[in-house]
Amino acid sequence: MRAFRQDMRPRLADVFRIQVISNAQIRSPILTLGSTTFSHIRNDNIYVVGVSKGNVNSALVFEFLYKLVSLGKSYFGRFDEEAVKSNFVMVYELLDEILDFGYPQNTETETLKMYITTEGVRSERAMEDSSKITMQATGALSWRRDNIKYRKNEAFVDVIEDVNLLVSASGTVLRADVNGAIEMRAYLSGTPECKFGLNDRLTLGENGADVSLGGAIGNLGGNKASKAAAGSVTLEDVSLHQCVKLSSFSNDRTISFIPPDGSFQLMTYRATENVNLPFKVQCIVNEVGKGKVEYSIAIRANYGSKLFATNVVVKIPTPLNTANTTHRTSQGKAKYEPSENAIIWKIARFTGQSEFVLSAEAELSAMTNQRTWSRPPLSMQFSLLMFTSSGLLVRYLKVFEKNNYSSVKWVRYMTRAGSYEIRF
Amino acid sequence: MSSGQDAKLFARGKVAELRLELNQSAGKKDKNFSAKKIAMKKIVANMTMSNNDMVALFPDIIGVMGVGSIEVKKMCFLYLVNYARAKPEVALKALPILLNDLEDSNPLMRALALRTLSYVHVRQFVESTLAPLKTLLKDPDPYVRKTAAFCVAKLYDHDKQLVESSDLIDRLNLMLRDENPTVVSSALAALMDIWERSESIKLTIDYANASKIVQILPDCSEWGQTYILEALTSYVPQDTSEAALLADRITPRLSHTNSAVVLTCIRVILYLMNYIDDQKVISSLCSKLSPPLVTLLSKGPEIQYLALRNALLILQRRPDVLRNDIRVFFCKYNDPIYVKVTKLELIFMLASERNIREVLTELREYATEIDVHFVRKSVRAIGKLAIKIEPAAKLCITTLLELVATKVSYIVQEATVVIKNIFRKYPNQYESIISTLCENLDSLDEPEAKAAMIWVIGQYADRIDNSETLLEDFLDSWADETHEVQLALLTATVKLFIQRPTKGQELVPKVLKWATEETDNPDLRDRGYMYWRLLSSNPTAAKGIVMGEKPAITAESEKLDPVTLEEMCLVVGTLATVYLKPVHTVFRSARPRRLQESPALQKHTLPSWQAAQQAKLLTDQQKAMMVAQTNGAANGHVLDEADALFASMGGREMMQDDFGPSSSSAMHGEQGSMYVVNQGQGLGQVQPTMHVQNGDGDLLSF
Repeated sequence: MRAFRQDMRPRLADVFRIQVISNAQIRSPILTLGSTTFSHIRNDNIYVVGVSKGNVNSALVFEFLYKLVSLGKSYFGRFDEEAVKSNFVMVYELLDEILDFGYPQNTETETLKMYITTEGVRSERAMEDSSKITMQATGALSWRRDNIKYRKNEAFVDVIEDVNLLVSASGTVLRADVNGAIEMRAYLSGTPECKFGLNDRLTLGENGADVSLGGAIGNLGGNKASKAAAGSVTLEDVSLHQCVKLSSFSNDRTISFIPPDGSFQLMTYRATENVNLPFKVQCIVNEVGKGKVEYSIAIRANYGSKLFATNVVVKIPTPLNTANTTHRTSQGKAKYEPSENAIIWKIARFTGQSEFVLSAEAELSAMTNQRTWSRPPLSMQFSLLMFTSSGLLVRYLKVFEKNNYSSVKWVRYMTRAGSYEIRF
Repeated sequence: MSSGQDAKLFARGKVAELRLELNQSAGKKDKNFSAKKIAMKKIVANMTMSNNDMVALFPDIIGVMGVGSIEVKKMCFLYLVNYARAKPEVALKALPILLNDLEDSNPLMRALALRTLSYVHVRQFVESTLAPLKTLLKDPDPYVRKTAAFCVAKLYDHDKQLVESSDLIDRLNLMLRDENPTVVSSALAALMDIWERSESIKLTIDYANASKIVQILPDCSEWGQTYILEALTSYVPQDTSEAALLADRITPRLSHTNSAVVLTCIRVILYLMNYIDDQKVISSLCSKLSPPLVTLLSKGPEIQYLALRNALLILQRRPDVLRNDIRVFFCKYNDPIYVKVTKLELIFMLASERNIREVLTELREYATEIDVHFVRKSVRAIGKLAIKIEPAAKLCITTLLELVATKVSYIVQEATVVIKNIFRKYPNQYESIISTLCENLDSLDEPEAKAAMIWVIGQYADRIDNSETLLEDFLDSWADETHEVQLALLTATVKLFIQRPTKGQELVPKVLKWATEETDNPDLRDRGYMYWRLLSSNPTAAKGIVMGEKPAITAESEKLDPVTLEEMCLVVGTLATVYLKPVHTVFRSARPRRLQESPALQKHTLPSWQAAQQAKLLTDQQKAMMVAQTNGAANGHVLDEADALFASMGGREMMQDDFGPSSSSAMHGEQGSMYVVNQGQGLGQVQPTMHVQNGDGDLLSF
């Protein structure tokens, strides 16, 4: 609890405890009592709460709370009760720095780590070059330190996509979209100016400008001839890291930026058109009388045969009164988990173009209070390397620096299951 | 990552021991002040646990404040901020140390001291800050300058007069020309903060200023960008092309990853649109707003919730936004309930003849979920869609009947309530389903559902064979029912009597007697007497009134009134948009925002202006009609008086349910004020989540 305004009282923490934590009725992250508002998020086993008076910018409050958690993670490895208690002085110190009179200040981890460090000693030493720090904390390039030097200049690019799917019981796709992120780890000396090239044709939104970037036709992972293979991708919307020059992006779709040192998220995007679904799921579920449910589930991998998905987990919901299950699979292992009310089917390696099946039966115990089963959807988890559901490709990453050094770039693609749900 | 090991320090400490620990090493070899640090940490830990004994250590803390370790100093400052109000006279001893630190050669130290100093709500501290603050506002270091800028707002919070009588605000204004973007955005944030709490200060930003601060946007931190965008709603465009240009210049911010930047940018664009006359520009801007709003749905659930609530708002003002995006609002199984409920509202608003099949399949799915509150809302939404989208009524009713067939009690009850409204909307079309409803009478145990069913029985007494038996069953428990149900029973009995006098003649006197003599509810009593007199004096007129034609209903109860809608659009992204209520009803002290007059303001496009015009038209017509009536039709008098009587009795319930104003005034209804289904319980509210208290119930001013 740290008060940044004189109209805040320490007892507010108790009010929150009584009104929110011990109140099962609360179903919103925002609670207003009188003129005081509690906005909370949860992380592991702690609540992080922002208290405000008046009609404040709620997006700012939550973004700040998220930021606080991510700062905590980057400082302490995790941000839970233990971490906060073990580093409470540092937490106070950080809070004092990133919030002034309730207004968020510079929250860039890179800059903060220059003068607020876990090793107490360094904070004294850092005072020597403090004017450099202050320039950093208020300058236009607050995310990058000066004079960074690497012997080997490298940049790693990870394109990570979460594919979301919702299929109705009749098999129609209700929703298929991709939330993608381009994560970068930059180990580059000096002040490098980077330019990033995506697919030859990058379309943004329904009536966004088409921009041709030129270059050869790309193909990855040998997925079927889709629009992606022809080198074009349609992104519904993108959000870019603070370091990207937004004006040049909105002019000609070039992503140019001076990267922070180390890892950061360059961009997130959303795609809803031509989504390549890695898995096709067919499920037949029959309730036989009141005592039994029969499952027959077939999953087919739609990607190229050279690729394989790992950690595939299929969660098949069973009724609450399931007593016992039997199952047979053509690959992987299935197990009934009573605590989750589901059969969990795990396949460690799922090669492209193959199809695996599971058939199972759940025996139900008789219940006095017969309620219809709500039939939650079947859901899937997986991760698949060298495949993007949106068809997005990184064509090039150019690094310009006044010292003109050469640099090595690595690109990796991964598609994971976001919320991949099939109703039955 | 080296993680601290300080968790063990969270033990309740004794003042005497801690004092000893803090002072024992004084003078001895405590090179890195490690003993002092640990003692201080213990004290801060105890402070965190609200162990207020710690206040006794104040003099000792001041003693170690100047020892030369920045870590110890920071902890001492924290202690000072926390306890200064409890012991102002002791705290004063720290003042010289802080003032001294303000002149430190290290800019971080100067800023730290200034920040700490200005947190202390003690008069001497506030007064002593004034003079050095003026110097620090011009400090060579930008970090100190931005800290000083916020410090002015802090001083204003401590002592308005002090700041207003000084030239600090002028100095703050000068800082808007600072070369450092962070300083500019901080100064702007400070000015906005002061403006929010002041009656005497006006904030005006002209085009040149607005243009300049927009230019530095890319160089500011994400928070700085938010402060600048917030300030832009204080710029009043004088020229429509200026507004368009500025809107265009800030659109790149919609791609920012911070949702505060995005939502505030949307706020500014919506604001500027009021001053733009070119429809092409407007629709191009609208099309740019949808994608970022949808993208916010991939953020944390709290931001999703906020984005969805704002989508509800923006959709009402600019229906073009989000028009094609209904599928993205379909619920995920794991969405938190508050996200689901808001998505449901959006689905309802976006539903149209084109996508109704898809929507109904989706809602049908929700109706089988576990959360009762959510299921009810889904059922209610299906019923309201039947009223909203006429061509789809049949489809909606089929879906409802499927749900009734599940026999789950709360689904049946909710369905009963909405089916009643469907009957009202489409008289003489779907009465064939009455028999299905009658099969489920036993599962009704909620007043609203009972009242709805009783209404159906009364209204269709002549079509339901055993209507009098059904009604009698309900009447058996008369004494235990709520007033809502009793009112419905009273009216239904009278309707039964009017339609089938032989069947109802035994029941009516009994019920009228109960209603008039055995109740202390004035509404019930008044309605009872009214029927009594009506039936005894003029049975024909009674029939005309009781079974008269009812005014049309609509399902658009979620719509905010035009004035509120306009105000809400000026505060997109704030807490008030979560509640979708006028700002002053949630936060009494908040400064009201209004669209400012200017030659560029497109008045005729504002919802409030349009509503005012419509209202004017309506009153004119009504006046004309009144004249016509007084001149002619004498027979209308009886009915009009009856109307007036009911209107003055005030039960909105009645107006909605039974006594449609007779034919002459029903015409008024068609032109303007349509009656609305379930006002106050529509989809538009999230009752259980809100604990907004108005009036004097300010729980938190201890």
